[in-house]
Amino acid sequence: MFTDEAPDPVSLCSLWRRSQQAEQESRGCQTRVVHSAEAEVQTRWATISCTQTDPQYQAKEQLLQQSQDQLEPPGLKDFLQRVEDTVIRELVRNAKSHAFDEFQVNWEDQNQIVSCLHCLQHASAQERGLHVTSVSWSCTGSVIACAYGRIDDGDWSTERSCVCTWNLDRRTLNPKQADLVIDVPTAVTALCCHPNQPALIAGGLYSGEVVVWDTSRTQDPVLVQTGMSADSHREPVYQVAWVPLQKKGEFGVLSACSGGRVLLWTVDSDRGSFVLHAGYALVRQQVPHSNNTSFKARGSSTVGVTSLALSPWDPDTFLVGSEGGLLLRCSFSSQTPAAAPSEGHNVTLRAPAVFLFRPCSGPVHSIHCSPFHRNLFVSAGTDGLAHVHSLLQANPLLSLRVSDSYVFQVQWSPTRPLVFAAATGQGEVQIFDLGNRSLRPAATIEQGGAGQAATCLAFNSHNPHLLALGNTNGTVCIWRLSHDLTEQSPRESSQLEQIANQVAE
Amino acid sequence: MAETEHARVEETLKRIEGQKGVIGTIVVNAEGIPIRTTLDNSTTIQYAKLFHLLSMKARSTVRDIDPQNDLTFLRIRSKKHEILVAPENDFLLIVIQNPCE
Repeated sequence: MFTDEAPDPVSLCSLWRRSQQAEQESRGCQTRVVHSAEAEVQTRWATISCTQTDPQYQAKEQLLQQSQDQLEPPGLKDFLQRVEDTVIRELVRNAKSHAFDEFQVNWEDQNQIVSCLHCLQHASAQERGLHVTSVSWSCTGSVIACAYGRIDDGDWSTERSCVCTWNLDRRTLNPKQADLVIDVPTAVTALCCHPNQPALIAGGLYSGEVVVWDTSRTQDPVLVQTGMSADSHREPVYQVAWVPLQKKGEFGVLSACSGGRVLLWTVDSDRGSFVLHAGYALVRQQVPHSNNTSFKARGSSTVGVTSLALSPWDPDTFLVGSEGGLLLRCSFSSQTPAAAPSEGHNVTLRAPAVFLFRPCSGPVHSIHCSPFHRNLFVSAGTDGLAHVHSLLQANPLLSLRVSDSYVFQVQWSPTRPLVFAAATGQGEVQIFDLGNRSLRPAATIEQGGAGQAATCLAFNSHNPHLLALGNTNGTVCIWRLSHDLTEQSPRESSQLEQIANQVAE
Repeated sequence: MAETEHARVEETLKRIEGQKGVIGTIVVNAEGIPIRTTLDNSTTIQYAKLFHLLSMKARSTVRDIDPQNDLTFLRIRSKKHEILVAPENDFLLIVIQNPCE
C-alpha cells in the first residue's frame, strides 16, 4: 500500500516579485541652495528738543484794546468835543507861560540856616599847634580825612604830624578822638581820597614825598610811597590828585610841587612802589606868552606850582597855578621836551603849558573846575579875589572880592551850578551864589576866633549839605548848609551857560 | 455812524496830543476805568484811579463850599509836569504836559 514516491519538483516563479521589480523607478530631486545674508542698522545720534512759551497775561491790555474796536461809549464824542477847546487853550497857554518859573514849593522841612554839626579835633595835633592843611571826603561821603601840617612856616622842619579820619556815619562818633590816626614823619601838605576805593588816600608831604595810605591795613597803613628817589619831588608837594589812566578803572596820582614839577605816578601794588608814569616841568621860558600880559622874570627860572586842578570834562587838560601868580592851562599829551635839567629822572620831562591866563598879583592857592560847565573854573589866591574864568579866554569873566586877606581854597558846589565857596585867611568861609544880582556872598560861615585862618574846605558830593572846613587852630568843622545853597533851581544851568558865554572885558 | 463817531473821537484826541509838550492823554469813564490812553498800562491805571478820586474830591469840595458852584477844570502843577483834568459826569480827560520844554 504504501510506497515511496518521489515527486517531481515543480518550480514556480514569483509573480509578485516580478511585478514589484518591474515597477521600481529611481528619481532624484534637489532644491537650490538657500541664500542667507546678514545686515545691520543702527542710529547714532539722539536729540531731544523742547520749546515752550509762557502764557501771556494780557487781560488788561485786552480790555483796553477791546473797547477800541467796539462802539464808542455813548457821549464820549460829545464830551471830548466840549472839552477840547478848553484843554487846547490851556495847553497852549501853559507852553508859553512863565508863571511858574523860579517857583519852588517848600514841602520838606528845610533848614534855612547854616549850622555847625561837628567840630572834630585831634588832641595831640592841637597841643603842638598844628594847622589843618587839607581835608578830603572819602568816595562814600561818610569819612572825612584831614591832614595836619603848617601853613605859616617856610622852614624845613622835621616835626612829626599826622593824618586823621573820622567816620561821620558812625553812631559812636567822638569828635575829640579820630577813628584812625596815621603818623607821618613830616608835615602833610596835600590830601586826596581815591575816587572809588574808600580805603585809599593819597597824600603829599612837605619833604616832597608822595604817599598812598590804605586805611584798611591795620599794621602799616603806607601802601606805597615815593621815598627819596631820583624821580621824586625835592620841594614841598602842594597838591595831589587821582587821575584816571587809559585803562578803565585805574587811577594814577598826579602831584605838583613848588619846584615846578608835575609828576604822574602809577601804583605798582605788586612791588609796593610808585612808578613814574610821566613828568612835566614848568619853566618860565616855556610859558606861552599872551599879548596883553607882561611879567618880569625874577629869581629862578622854574615856575613853582601851588595849585592844580583836573578838568572833569576833558581828561587831557589840567590847570596849574603858580607862586608867581601864573595861571596855565596844560595838556597831558604835550610832547614838547622841557627846557629843564632832567635831574636824573627816568622819564623825559615835558613842557605841558598850552595857554596862559591873565596872571594874578600873588600866588594862586587854589583852582577848581566847574562840575557843571566844561569851560568854567574858579581860581583864588593871595589877592583876596576869586576869579571865575573861561578856559577859552585869558581874562577872567568875573572877579569877586572875597576877603581882604588871603584866599586859601575855592571850590564849586557839587549840586548848585552857580555856587562856590572860598576859605579865607580871616577865618571865615564865603559862599557865593552867582545867581544873585549883587556880588556879595550868599552866606558867610564864621568860625574860630581872631587870628585864625580857614585853610581848606571840601564839599561832600554824596551829602551835598555837608561842608568840611579846616582851620589853623587844628579843628575840622562839619557844617550843614541851608536848603537854598544845595538845591538846584530850574534856570540855573542856563544862567551858568550865559556866564560862560560872556566875553570878558 | 459808529465809524464816523470813532473817527471823530480819534481826531479830537489827536489834536490835543499834537499840542506842544503833551506827554499823554487818558480818558476815564465814570467808574474810573481807563477807556483811552496813550501811555503804558501801569501808568494809565495809576493815573486813572488816582485822578478819578481826586477830581471827585475836588468837585465835592467846590460844591460843599457853595452848592451853586461846580468844578469845571482841574490843573495840577508839579515839579515835572502840568496835569490838566477836564471832568464831567460820565468821563474824565487827563492830559499830561511838560510845560518847560
